Amino acid sequence: MIKGKFIDNLPKVYGIYTGGFIGFIILMAIGEQMGMTAKAIGVAFVAFTIFIYALIGWLSRTAQADAYYVAGRQVPTVFNGMATAADWMSGASFVAMAGGIYFKGYGYMALLVGWTGGYVLVATLLAPYLRKFGCYTVPDFIGTRYGGNLSRFLAVVVLTVASFTYVTAQINATGTIASVALDIPFQYAVYVGLVSILLCSMLGGMRGVTWTQVAQYIVLIIAYLLPVFWISNEIGAGFFPHFMLADEVARIGELEQQYGFVKNSAADLANVPKGLAGITKAHSAVNATPWAFISLALAMMMGTASLPHVMMRYFTTPSVKAARKSVGWSLFFIFLLYSSAPMLATLSKLSLIDPSLPTGIIGKSIAEVQAIDWYQNWNQANLMFVSDFNGNGTLELNEFFMGGKAVVLATPEIAGLPYVISGLVAAGGMAAAMSTADGLILAIANAISHDVYYKIIDPKAETQKRLTVARVLLVVIGFAGATIAAMEIQGILGSVIWAFDFAMSGLFFPLVLGVWWKRANREGAIAGMALGLISGMGYLIWVRNGGSGFLGITQLTFGIFGSAVSLVAMVVVSLMTSAPNAATQKMVDNVRVPSGRSVI
Amino acid sequence: MSKNEQHWEKTRGLLFVTLAIWFVFSIGIFLFGAEMNEVGGPFGYPLTYWFTCQGSLGIFVILIFWFAGRQEKIDEEFGFSESEDS
Repeated sequence: MIKGKFIDNLPKVYGIYTGGFIGFIILMAIGEQMGMTAKAIGVAFVAFTIFIYALIGWLSRTAQADAYYVAGRQVPTVFNGMATAADWMSGASFVAMAGGIYFKGYGYMALLVGWTGGYVLVATLLAPYLRKFGCYTVPDFIGTRYGGNLSRFLAVVVLTVASFTYVTAQINATGTIASVALDIPFQYAVYVGLVSILLCSMLGGMRGVTWTQVAQYIVLIIAYLLPVFWISNEIGAGFFPHFMLADEVARIGELEQQYGFVKNSAADLANVPKGLAGITKAHSAVNATPWAFISLALAMMMGTASLPHVMMRYFTTPSVKAARKSVGWSLFFIFLLYSSAPMLATLSKLSLIDPSLPTGIIGKSIAEVQAIDWYQNWNQANLMFVSDFNGNGTLELNEFFMGGKAVVLATPEIAGLPYVISGLVAAGGMAAAMSTADGLILAIANAISHDVYYKIIDPKAETQKRLTVARVLLVVIGFAGATIAAMEIQGILGSVIWAFDFAMSGLFFPLVLGVWWKRANREGAIAGMALGLISGMGYLIWVRNGGSGFLGITQLTFGIFGSAVSLVAMVVVSLMTSAPNAATQKMVDNVRVPSGRSVI
Repeated sequence: MSKNEQHWEKTRGLLFVTLAIWFVFSIGIFLFGAEMNEVGGPFGYPLTYWFTCQGSLGIFVILIFWFAGRQEKIDEEFGFSESEDS
């Protein structure tokens, strides 16, 4: 069926794959009509997609360092864009983002702006130059540009702190979804998720992860967009929601006025299960101060440009030119999902609170709501709760509580979509969490195996030995992440945002100045990474322990403080010590020119 | 001035223009978020709301492709462009 090299046939291969996946969805829909249980459909979706990813992982196995670390540097721009989008969009983006917008409105949407605007920094400041450099990992760039084992090692430390914070959240998300879809306890489901993650990456390294991530992107984007469009049509809001929800947004504003945001007493709130929230903020009004919005967006943008698992995706393109374009494609594919999240939040909220819609529950009697099937399901799953605080027998806006995940997970069911869509959404969430976890675990394992083991401990190691070490590390780091995830310390999103702050505290300026400021030297970079990370972490610990903070910098934006310290330390120390030698200066010149051989 | 220096100067010029546009749509407009939201935006959404949902995001996508194209032109002008098969 397919002749010639795999790379030349990519559009065909993934075209067939997409067709096959749509065929599978239709098959499940027919199965549902013929009496297949909801549970069986959920299991089929999750198991089938994981099987496909594992198959791709196995087909991509390799024994070459170049293929293992950078997928042989031959991933075409558009496909690398899809892989980056999957790498980037985590379980949190998929499951929690629409919920965050639903509950927090404008203040939360700073994340949408931040998580997209960061790519402009990636495209202009870093990706093409790091691609030209020809490194395998981000610490590889730091170590070679600044020289010395200490700078390389510090870069690995920052990378590990940031990525590990992030990966536990992803493994946690795979565990949550696997436990619901396969109906097994969370503590075991976490390891089911982990094994699936490792199946994609262990044999083929970056090559395996690249081709599974493209497959995962296709699943997750179908799983996100199909319900949004369907719900929009189902409730008569318009066939293309992105351009047609203005009336719905305005209607939500009217209803908010009409109901008012009644504050619940602490005693009443004590009855609400943990993790659930009511609607307390306006949907489309500006409800945050300019600085609160801008500081969060800025932290996320700089964090984006410092996260190694994203940066290393651009090491896999065939050329510098392709790296730049590929950043554009990445953001385009991310845009497809991110621009749909606010639409889903709008549709979800309107269908719940508008009494003129058949799905609306506000204003109905409490007993009536409690008798609804989907309410009972999601109440049992601990994601929905109603209580008649004022005792009038009718449900008010302030008496309805929901978990953030329910916006994505429950809205299809509320709007009356068939169960096959819920199964699809579970597969999409799983794909989103797995693809990000794969990228992160690989980033950590590659940094430790390449930069610590090969470059510092045993520079004479043979390829086979290096790859064995890389694979063993992959498993060890995966299990460490899963073990911590099983303890459930932070909520999914909290730890994701911290990862951005850690990364920007320690890596943003050492990376950017490495390209854009020739005078930056080793001492400066070491000071920048060490003091940046320490001050950022110190600020977080201080605020977490009741510290008041300053300049409105919160535990979600501590990276602004960390990176400011990093910048000052790096500039001052660089200027106080001698300029980098002629060879290093020449290296920087070389990085700035796209043509010619790579630097290392 | 050497060819490399001229190339870098132009590259830096493009960087500043790109980052200026980036700054306006990621930070600048949100200084006036509350005022701007009173105004109607595209498709009838409140303006600030539209920027956070679609506007800024879409502009970033276009901006990166525009930047990539311009940078390619600069590279070609100085003969620093990579050959197609590399």
